[in-house]
Amino acid sequence: MIPELGHFALILALGVALLQTLLPLAGWRRRDARLLGVAGSAAQAQFFCIAVAYACLTYCFVTKDFSLLYVAENDHTQLPLFYRVTAVWGAHEGSLLLWVLILSGWTLAVSIFNRRLPADLSALVLSVLGSVSIGFLLFILLTSNPFTRLFPVPAEGHDLNPILQDPGLAIHPPMLYMGYVGFSVAFAFAIAALISGRLDAAWARWTRPWTTTAWLFLTMGITLGSWWAYNELGWGGWWFWDPVENASFMPWLAGTALIHSLAVTEKRGLLKSWTVLLAILAFSLSLLGTFLVRSGVLVSVHAFASDPARGMFILIFMAVVVGGALTLYAIRAPKLVSGDSAAIKLFSREGLLLLNNVFLVVAAAAILLGTLYPLVLDALHLGKISVGPPYFNAVFVPLIAPLFVLVGIGAVVPWKRGDARSTWQRLKWPALAALLIAVAVPFALYGRATVVALAGGLLAAWTVIAASQDVWRRVRSKSSLLDGLASVPRAVWGMTLAHIGLGVWALGVAYVGSFGAEKDIRLQRNAEATVGGYNFRFNGADEQNGPNYKAQRGSISAGRGADIALSPEKRFYPSQGTMLTESAVDAGLLRDLYVSLGEGFDDGSWSLRIYVKPMVRMIWFGGVLMFLGGLLAASDKRYRLVRAAERKAVAGATAVA
Amino acid sequence: MRYAIPVIVLLGLLALFAVGLGHDPRELPSPLIGKSAPAFELAVLGGEGATRVRTQDLQGRPVLVNFFASWCAGCQEEHAYLMQLAADEHAPLVGIDYKDAPADGSAWLAKHGNPYQQVLLDLDGNTGIDWGVYGVPETFVLDAHGTIIYKHIGPMTVEAWNRDIKPRLQAAS
Repeated sequence: MIPELGHFALILALGVALLQTLLPLAGWRRRDARLLGVAGSAAQAQFFCIAVAYACLTYCFVTKDFSLLYVAENDHTQLPLFYRVTAVWGAHEGSLLLWVLILSGWTLAVSIFNRRLPADLSALVLSVLGSVSIGFLLFILLTSNPFTRLFPVPAEGHDLNPILQDPGLAIHPPMLYMGYVGFSVAFAFAIAALISGRLDAAWARWTRPWTTTAWLFLTMGITLGSWWAYNELGWGGWWFWDPVENASFMPWLAGTALIHSLAVTEKRGLLKSWTVLLAILAFSLSLLGTFLVRSGVLVSVHAFASDPARGMFILIFMAVVVGGALTLYAIRAPKLVSGDSAAIKLFSREGLLLLNNVFLVVAAAAILLGTLYPLVLDALHLGKISVGPPYFNAVFVPLIAPLFVLVGIGAVVPWKRGDARSTWQRLKWPALAALLIAVAVPFALYGRATVVALAGGLLAAWTVIAASQDVWRRVRSKSSLLDGLASVPRAVWGMTLAHIGLGVWALGVAYVGSFGAEKDIRLQRNAEATVGGYNFRFNGADEQNGPNYKAQRGSISAGRGADIALSPEKRFYPSQGTMLTESAVDAGLLRDLYVSLGEGFDDGSWSLRIYVKPMVRMIWFGGVLMFLGGLLAASDKRYRLVRAAERKAVAGATAVA
Repeated sequence: MRYAIPVIVLLGLLALFAVGLGHDPRELPSPLIGKSAPAFELAVLGGEGATRVRTQDLQGRPVLVNFFASWCAGCQEEHAYLMQLAADEHAPLVGIDYKDAPADGSAWLAKHGNPYQQVLLDLDGNTGIDWGVYGVPETFVLDAHGTIIYKHIGPMTVEAWNRDIKPRLQAAS
């Protein structure tokens, strides 16, 4: 009964989504306020329906209702409760349901916070979001229904993929989807602007907090994914340039570019058509990611059971949504903007931001090229290849390094027109300090340096110091430190923190690459190995049983005094017949000690993979700083105050009309 | 015009994806197709200790060489269909039990039935490596001269049999 209720709620949601899309559009054409008003109520009703469907599926997982095909495939009687709840999004069907739940959640948020917007614009935004929802609901109902019944009912489920039975991975998809789907709001704002012709600074100001919020979730989602892969997969790496990682990274790059170009559009009223295009691109790349993951056109570690029928559906959906948006853009954008790019001077804040956009978008394009290249060759029957880290590193590093230089310069160059002399005056000390730090730190910590470590350290130190200057100058201009700190707006704190995060990330990347050590070794019981200046003693391995797995657990004493206990495991999940490695990591601010179990031998010895990873934490700490920076920037009271002022203006205008 | 560039790029990408959907990226063409089957000399399951079968012994008629194992789920999946092929179509199946204990292989065949004319033992998996097997089950089609003319990866299916294998077998005999 409960599954049927969920299925019915989904069908109802589809009906509501149709109303949410069509009625406001009609209302906009006829200038009918009642029809426009439907949008908000429909958005709320749709969220309710989808939440009911989602709750029904969760209920079936928690109560282990194996009469549902999807539950039987991904649930198990031995599965702990926490993972029975997260197993809902453990495979294709349920993760799509989570996707539409999050989409309807964003739509609900728009319907609540946009009450301050002009009614027609707000209704158009909700209408566009409704149309995206129609596509995904149809996708679920026609090709991927999680409520399909199974007969005869099996006594036991097939279990959640063991690799997903980890807290980090359990919350990685919702975070990532919050980001992916969140870009749909910026997309909807862009389409609404193209339809209504209202493409101005106010539009940019409305779009900014939504974009930043989506971006911060995507940042956290990617960071969590990277952290999880490092901890779980036992390869000790933090990024693999896997097609699906790239699929999440491309919207991130486009979204980062969008955040910066929105700043230019709001402050100077420039780059309008570019900003709109970026908003469309960021969401299109999110859809592309969905397509790549679920259609099976590329080989990836993130294997969803792929099905050409599903691939075809998303392809058609992408053609309609992205094709429609870009056609609208091709028709409307030339009329809405008047040659504004001529007014930009390169050596000004907006000029540097434009340059930042160029680097980010070209980097995204280069990643797109590398990701799709195997597909192109295969489609043209030119052979099967795969494109790996050597290509991506060679292309990505030179495109991203200039961004670090720009962060520092952009922070001191004013809008409209910069002045080389005063820029140099402000930057010469930070540059010198960064140089000193970049040379001193590696020698102080490791007694040696590499070119990568020096260059990475220089960019990192430069970014952190230069990014802090804005806050520093604002504080210095006030009489007391507290006054000064309080006078810094949240948006500036946010920007500063995110840029510092970028620098911290670069430091981690450069140092872990330069000073890391690794060793594959077979150790007898009580034998020792030295890796990267640390001792690792293998004390043997024994059997340990978990709730739904059997494990071989190794015991290792590590560290200079052999005082750190590490227990890597190899787990066997009988329900799926899968082996998993569970690495053991001793995390530290300056270094990680990382051990994973390889194969056991009859004489009690084991092959071990041992890593020493200096500063690897900085990579994720940088991501967390960007996330926090995004939080501060999105919650700046400027957006709330300005909106209140706008509401007055709108109310006044309506009264006059 | 420059505003239309994005939509044109999109059209190109969509066309690419439409073609890509028809391809399976996991399907890797075997470099051995058109070449003689790699040499082996293997013991026979259930045979006397001294009996060895070599690659040349397979020549003289087209034959299907099926790599399987008792520990492999995909093999169990295709097994009923292989039984049917052996019974209805007299498919010339030679099984190679890959990285398996002979006792496990025998027990498995006793339980599920034996569709093979002959079962050879690749205990250490070296023959599998020579043949480019990267996951059981895999099925090779050999002509009467012992040349590999086709390789099927994964469980045998009705479509694969009718579309890829049966016509080749008939053409080769």
